[in-house]
Amino acid sequence: MTVMKNTIFSVAVLLAALALPVVVDSSHLNMAILVLMAAQVGVAWNMVGGYAGQVSLGHAAFYGLGAYASTLLLVKFGVNPWLGVLSGGLIAALLSLAFGWSCFRLKGHYFAMATIAVAELVQIFFTEWEFGGGAVGLYVPMDRQGWLWMNFATKQPYYWLALGLLLLTLVANWWIERSYLGYYFRAIKDEPDAARSIGVNIARYKQIALSVSAFFTAIGGSLYAQKELYIDPNSVLSTALSIKMALVAILGGVGTLFGPVIGAVVLTSIEEFTRILFGGTGRGTDVIIYAGLIIVIAVFYPTGIIGWLRSFKERRAARADASHQMAVHAASAPTTNGEPS
Amino acid sequence: MTTEILFQTLASGVLIGLIYALVAIGLTMIFGVMDIVNFAHGEFLMLGMYSTFWLFALYALDPLITLPLTVLMLFAFGVLLYKLVIVRIINAPMLSQIFTTFGIMILLRGVAQFFWKSDFRSIENSAVSGTVKLLGIQLGKPQLVAGIGAIVVTGLIYYFLSKTRLGAALEATASDKEAARLMGIDSHKMFSLAWGIGAACAGAAGVLLATFFPIFPDVGANFILLAFVVVNLGGFGSVTGAFWAGILVGVIEVMGGLLLGPQYKTAIVLMLFLGVLMFRPQGLMGKA
Repeated sequence: MTVMKNTIFSVAVLLAALALPVVVDSSHLNMAILVLMAAQVGVAWNMVGGYAGQVSLGHAAFYGLGAYASTLLLVKFGVNPWLGVLSGGLIAALLSLAFGWSCFRLKGHYFAMATIAVAELVQIFFTEWEFGGGAVGLYVPMDRQGWLWMNFATKQPYYWLALGLLLLTLVANWWIERSYLGYYFRAIKDEPDAARSIGVNIARYKQIALSVSAFFTAIGGSLYAQKELYIDPNSVLSTALSIKMALVAILGGVGTLFGPVIGAVVLTSIEEFTRILFGGTGRGTDVIIYAGLIIVIAVFYPTGIIGWLRSFKERRAARADASHQMAVHAASAPTTNGEPS
Repeated sequence: MTTEILFQTLASGVLIGLIYALVAIGLTMIFGVMDIVNFAHGEFLMLGMYSTFWLFALYALDPLITLPLTVLMLFAFGVLLYKLVIVRIINAPMLSQIFTTFGIMILLRGVAQFFWKSDFRSIENSAVSGTVKLLGIQLGKPQLVAGIGAIVVTGLIYYFLSKTRLGAALEATASDKEAARLMGIDSHKMFSLAWGIGAACAGAAGVLLATFFPIFPDVGANFILLAFVVVNLGGFGSVTGAFWAGILVGVIEVMGGLLLGPQYKTAIVLMLFLGVLMFRPQGLMGKA
């Protein structure tokens, strides 16, 4: 029954997602693309940050590597973006080995802070690297358009690309979740000592989680570059971006398949609406609302929206159960009371 | 001439390092006592700077006179923040703790931008301005006074921790929460004290910095990463470690800037940070 309901629900959501570009105007479509892209990196972050519990606050390094790899390959060597996107993913996965080597011997807060430092170093490198555009950034040329060059004058194709990439990332995540990898990741997160004692090579599986996550994060970065047609160190490598990736997952529900998707929908909507409502004032009202929301979620709903929904369901079920029992009790009560004692 | 530049650079490195030390001491104290990394620590410094600025701009009170007042305000703010927010996340997962203090960081920046706009502000012509020549080295008076002020505040903290009963109770909570509790030390009182002192230290650093550093809502961002580095080098929770590490980071940053160019000074400090994290996670001065 629930499986059936879930399938129907999923199909409905997918159909709605497919129909969306036909019904909304271009500014709303742009927001939908932002949601899809935020969800995709959130899902990618969740692989290592959520499932394996290694809280990285330096994922912008991978995002930026992807964006810079595909753009530099295209601008400087004329490499087709499809190949560039794939190369970006592979380069990021490769460099995640160095990232993991330097950070994984650390735990908890130390790991989180080390990841910030690594990402800041990468940002400084790209800011100073003249061949890579330096602080000025890089423009993606628009001379060759169409699907072959992943470059379009309209927004719609980017929507399909973002949706396709999100689905791909979700499928990869779903597969990992169900495979032995998923069990190992969760074991590393929840019971690292027990996992080690039964012979799980913790360092190796942390690295696998990070590399897969880096691969998908970088592809997200490449897609961003192709869509925005302009990148600079601040837009694709900043720590604020790293934080946002983690935030999307935390808001929706860490270590759940669809958590980051829900988180992306909510976070991006709030960001955009507060920006539209208060952003023009230049007084940071949008920032205050955004920050207040982060604090409320972190303090009161550490399991995110999905966790909150689950506990809500459980409470309702418990209540229904209790009232059912009460009804049974009430039905039997008169007889008990009526018995002459 | 070259040796002069070298000594000049060394001296300015030590002076800015003393400020880093003061910021980091507050951070390390909060971490030491309750294992929470305060991402909003740079914003305490920012609040200290704005408090100094407004007292100077509105009432013409000199930073040196308003230092105790700002320190008291920041102390109260730290305690309040603990009682309102932090107390709820003491036993929460690390992720919640990180994002709570991170949220506070953005919130305070937003609030500062809301009330005081994002313009750069500065304090001109305070009681300490101009330069002074000491042993052949030209030093800015504000920097020199800031350095001395940082030493005085650090000395007071050190005295408080090692010579007073309350300080001893705080140290006891830091080294073993459970044992301290069994000895009748109220952990909540100690936690709020740590947040108060931590914020006050950053606030004091802000006051001292305000005489020669631009004041703007995001100014804390320039200091938080360096403070993390200092805290790590000194060993998490170690006040004396943070003091020496602060000076070391200041010197390395300034010397690195001199040798490789100012754009790489942060990179050098970050690499040192990663190196130490990897090979001596307990810090340069921390115990294994």
